[in-house]
Amino acid sequence: MLQPYVPLVLLLLLAGGFAVFSIVAAPHIGPRRYNRAKLDAYECGIEPSPQPVAGAGRMPVAYYLTAMLFILFDIEMVFLYPFAVAADSLGIFGLVEIVLFIVTLGFAYAYVWRRGGLDWN
Amino acid sequence: MLGGEAGVGVVAQVPHLQAPTVDYGAIAPVLIVLGAACLSVLVEAFVARSARWSSQVALTLLTLGAAGAALGVHLYSFAADGRNVVTLAGTISVDGPALFLWGTLLALGLAAVLLIADRSVEPGGAFSADAAVRPGTAADRAQAEGAVRTAETVMQTEVFPLFLFSLGGMMVFLAANDLLTMFVALEVLSLPLYLMCGLARRRRLLAQEAAVKYFLLGAFSSAFFLYGVALLYGYAGSVSLARIAEASAGSNRPDMLLFCGLALLMVGLLFKGSVGPFHTWTPDVYQGAATPVTAFMAACTKVAAFGAILRVLTVAFEGTRWEWRGLLWAVAIASMVIGAVLGLTQTDVKRMIAYSSVAHAGFLLVGAIALTAQGLSGTMFYLLAYGFTTLAAFGVVTLVRNADGEATHLSQWAGLAKRSPLTAAVFAFLLFALAGIPLTSGFTGKFAVFSAALADGMAPLVVIALVASAVAAFFYLRVVVLMYFSEPAIDGPTVSVPGAFTTAAITLGVVVTLLLGVVPTFALNWAALGAFGS
Repeated sequence: MLQPYVPLVLLLLLAGGFAVFSIVAAPHIGPRRYNRAKLDAYECGIEPSPQPVAGAGRMPVAYYLTAMLFILFDIEMVFLYPFAVAADSLGIFGLVEIVLFIVTLGFAYAYVWRRGGLDWN
Repeated sequence: MLGGEAGVGVVAQVPHLQAPTVDYGAIAPVLIVLGAACLSVLVEAFVARSARWSSQVALTLLTLGAAGAALGVHLYSFAADGRNVVTLAGTISVDGPALFLWGTLLALGLAAVLLIADRSVEPGGAFSADAAVRPGTAADRAQAEGAVRTAETVMQTEVFPLFLFSLGGMMVFLAANDLLTMFVALEVLSLPLYLMCGLARRRRLLAQEAAVKYFLLGAFSSAFFLYGVALLYGYAGSVSLARIAEASAGSNRPDMLLFCGLALLMVGLLFKGSVGPFHTWTPDVYQGAATPVTAFMAACTKVAAFGAILRVLTVAFEGTRWEWRGLLWAVAIASMVIGAVLGLTQTDVKRMIAYSSVAHAGFLLVGAIALTAQGLSGTMFYLLAYGFTTLAAFGVVTLVRNADGEATHLSQWAGLAKRSPLTAAVFAFLLFALAGIPLTSGFTGKFAVFSAALADGMAPLVVIALVASAVAAFFYLRVVVLMYFSEPAIDGPTVSVPGAFTTAAITLGVVVTLLLGVVPTFALNWAALGAFGS
């Protein structure tokens, strides 16, 4: 009965073993070169932007609005891609539904726009 | 191989999708409310600020009227043939209980929106004029005073679209025929409520604290609900309530998933109904939110939550009732005891009504777990009766004020009958109704629920409920004694003369409370009109 789960257990063991092996082995076999970037929170890519000094490291609250708007339209995209792929088989019904969805988001967009959510200040 | 078939299914071409048939007539009330909510957002966006309040009030009242008319039209055909409509690919079930509770929600929503729209009791309205002003600053004091009605001190009107979205979510919530629809509706009703809690004009730190607490705990309970849905899906292979009932009937699947799923699902539902021991948010949020919002929450959220509890238990879990019933007995007892005992120690009138609502949630659960036709109609009648009583009680709370806004500390209510006999008499009547004194709707509701529980063989639970009622009656009567037989405080509050809106809301609540107590037959018959369909 549990036969089909054996590969799963093996995979779990393999993954766990690899993680443990990497962590244990890396300090012993890797080179050690320390520099400033190594001590940063995020080693790759660009320098994290400096925290604002004024206001005890607070972020401008306008970022919050931008993030919310991003999520709003990001989710729109998340739904539009699968729709575009399956548009043929979804037919007219799918088209009507997706248009309704975009129009509903349009209400939110109109509200944000008219009430100054897109002005940076 | 494990998962082989599922893998093929994903890769294969999506089959041609059949558009689900929609019975627009049956779901018209929901469509009207949600459509109007979208329109209301546009009003916020495009109408000048000076004209917004009147447009929003007109739109909201019109919406409630239109939704009520649409409900009436469908009810007419429902009364003729008694046909339960399951529509939108089986996700919404418009049956007898759904129709009764939709009507209840629309009526309570009307009373609540009258309280929300009032701008005479609190000059400029009970809601913040500028939510971005930091609490405690000079600008905040200026908008809190609001005495001069300039554009800067009149309330913002975002509360109206939020109210409509929340009401639409509640209507879908109690008619949802599968758990996924129910979860989406839960979010649609909850998210606007969290925001509405934080919009109060005065004591804004308290209001914002209430909003954050409600949001965090609400998100947590939504997670419980969703986890329960996942386990039940694992058990039954479907989120449809009817499929879950079929799967649990005479199968040899492991019950573990079913009961763990049910338990987690119930945590989410009981939280929304503020049933103890999942009630801890209730006093803080009821106290912190603007009182009209508290009234809306106390009345309508309870209707929605118990509508969903009744539906889930009756449709999906009736076959397994003997396994889970003991646990819900314990929850009902805990809720009644917590509400009645902690209510005794309260010194703030809003917190006191909050604990009373926890006790009432226990009484409602007694009727809900009876799972008989009598239990169903009794619980729904109780929801209608309790909703109007508590809404009117919060309406009265908005009237008793001092310089800092509402005077909610009980010591300030001492001797209120000497200052304002009418207000004291109305509040005393509503407290009698909450206590369940005869000739009020509270008595009829309790009688209906407890007799249904007795008929279903739950005598010990009914005895405990009666004792809890007696204990709870003590703290209601204490307030009555305080109002009538104490000397008024020297610097006591004044009682505002309510404007037309608040007067209408309180009058509606009081009249319904009286009518349901004196001539309850009509409403009881209507509540008994139909059973759940799926």
